[in-house]
Amino acid sequence: MLKALASIGAAFLGFLAATGHIVIFAVTALATGLSPPFHVRATLRQMLDIGYFSLPVVGLTAIFTGMVLALQSYTGFSRFAAESAVATVVVLSVTRELGPVIAGLMVAGRVGAAMAAEIGTMRVTDQIDALTTLSTDPLRYLVLPRLLAGLVTLPLLVVVADIIGVFGGYLVGVYKFGFNPEAYLARTEQYLETSDVVSGLVKAAVFGFIVALMGCYHGYHSRGGAQGVGQATTYAVVSASILILVFDYGITQALFAR
Amino acid sequence: MNGAVTPKIAVRGLRKSFGRNRVLDGLDIDCAAGESLVVIGGSGTGKSVLVKCILGLLRPDQGSVRIDGAETVGLRRKPRERLLQKCGVLFQGSALFDSLRVWENVAFGLIHGRGMEREAAKEIAFAKLGAVGLGPETGELRPAELSGGMQKRVALARAIAADPEIIFFDEPTTGLDPIMGDVINDLILKCVRELGATAVSITHDMVSARKIGDRIAMIHKGRIIWHGPAAEIDHSDNPYVDQFIHGRAEGPIHMEIRAL
Repeated sequence: MLKALASIGAAFLGFLAATGHIVIFAVTALATGLSPPFHVRATLRQMLDIGYFSLPVVGLTAIFTGMVLALQSYTGFSRFAAESAVATVVVLSVTRELGPVIAGLMVAGRVGAAMAAEIGTMRVTDQIDALTTLSTDPLRYLVLPRLLAGLVTLPLLVVVADIIGVFGGYLVGVYKFGFNPEAYLARTEQYLETSDVVSGLVKAAVFGFIVALMGCYHGYHSRGGAQGVGQATTYAVVSASILILVFDYGITQALFAR
Repeated sequence: MNGAVTPKIAVRGLRKSFGRNRVLDGLDIDCAAGESLVVIGGSGTGKSVLVKCILGLLRPDQGSVRIDGAETVGLRRKPRERLLQKCGVLFQGSALFDSLRVWENVAFGLIHGRGMEREAAKEIAFAKLGAVGLGPETGELRPAELSGGMQKRVALARAIAADPEIIFFDEPTTGLDPIMGDVINDLILKCVRELGATAVSITHDMVSARKIGDRIAMIHKGRIIWHGPAAEIDHSDNPYVDQFIHGRAEGPIHMEIRAL
């Protein structure tokens, strides 16, 4: 009994220590942005990588998410003659919830893993030590551009995902269930509020930061060659995915709970 | 070790442990300005840890590292960056940045560490590539497109790009064939002499140690157990040194071999 309690306590303390390390890592990296030099070129390159090169995968998941949502909600609403609510449900679900979460998870898999692998490989091949000896702060050069790019770019990506997701619902609504196109679009717009979109973008910014932070943190602290890098990549994707879902609930609770 | 003249690098009582494994155990060593010191020793004896502690990449548990007479242990980031501007490092695996072209690797410290304009830094990078025997066409390639020997040359060009006062060579010939190893040794000698720099090399390659070192020190169990002029290493009267330089399995040094 005592052993079980001790192991639970040790796990909890380990969790608190890891949280502390991650927070210190993030704050230290962000603090390097308060003074020059600023690595604008590296930040733009990361924005391109996170945003532009993630468009296909995010767009594809968004359109199918919107289409499935229209299918499922039509099936449910038709049971009590509320089919006209399909467009509203699609747009609210996509902008408030599914757009940022799906984009966040996709980017975690694509970009978070790549960040952890790249920085992890740099760590185990002494490239990070080489940066330091070349009078360049690795946190400033490697981590800060990725954190900023994640923070700024994921909301832009989610705007695109929202539009594509709503378009997916429109395709199913109009071409499968025979909704009038003008009426569908009017219903889409009718109950949509600015706060719905903005809350989704706030979530996206947080998720983008989480993905970049987990990728950088686990890559930066990887040890032991290829196996260590592989482990860092796994940790980066798993931890970012879990944190996205946890923060999704937290932000939704904070913004919408009445 | 040296009396009146302040050594370029002075290490005193350096201790560093990783968990229960004590790697450096009160290590003392000096390196005079303009001298080429080679630290030899078996794998896992603390050679790389010593260099990382001198550079500040690792923080020693105890002891002092003085460069030009000034204490460097515990330096904050900015003074550390200024100190590192005096240094160039050639890493064991070259540690070139994969995402950058060769000339950008060589010019990296000039652009990012010293704020030099890209064009001016590019010119210097190509000059340094020439100094290590690489043509301008190499400058536009990626590190992955180069052989191991060429990567070492690029790493050497990067180490000397900012005309450092001190250059550290971490296993400069490891992984190279004997001929390419000799080419790298010659380049190291040439570059160090032209710059008038102080050089600290760590290696277990005795051919390289004899060629590039003015003085050799041997590290064992975290301490310097012998040091002296390179020419005297064959007459050290030290059984550890004798065993190491002749590569004998029998002797006072016992390699730790664990049963599978």
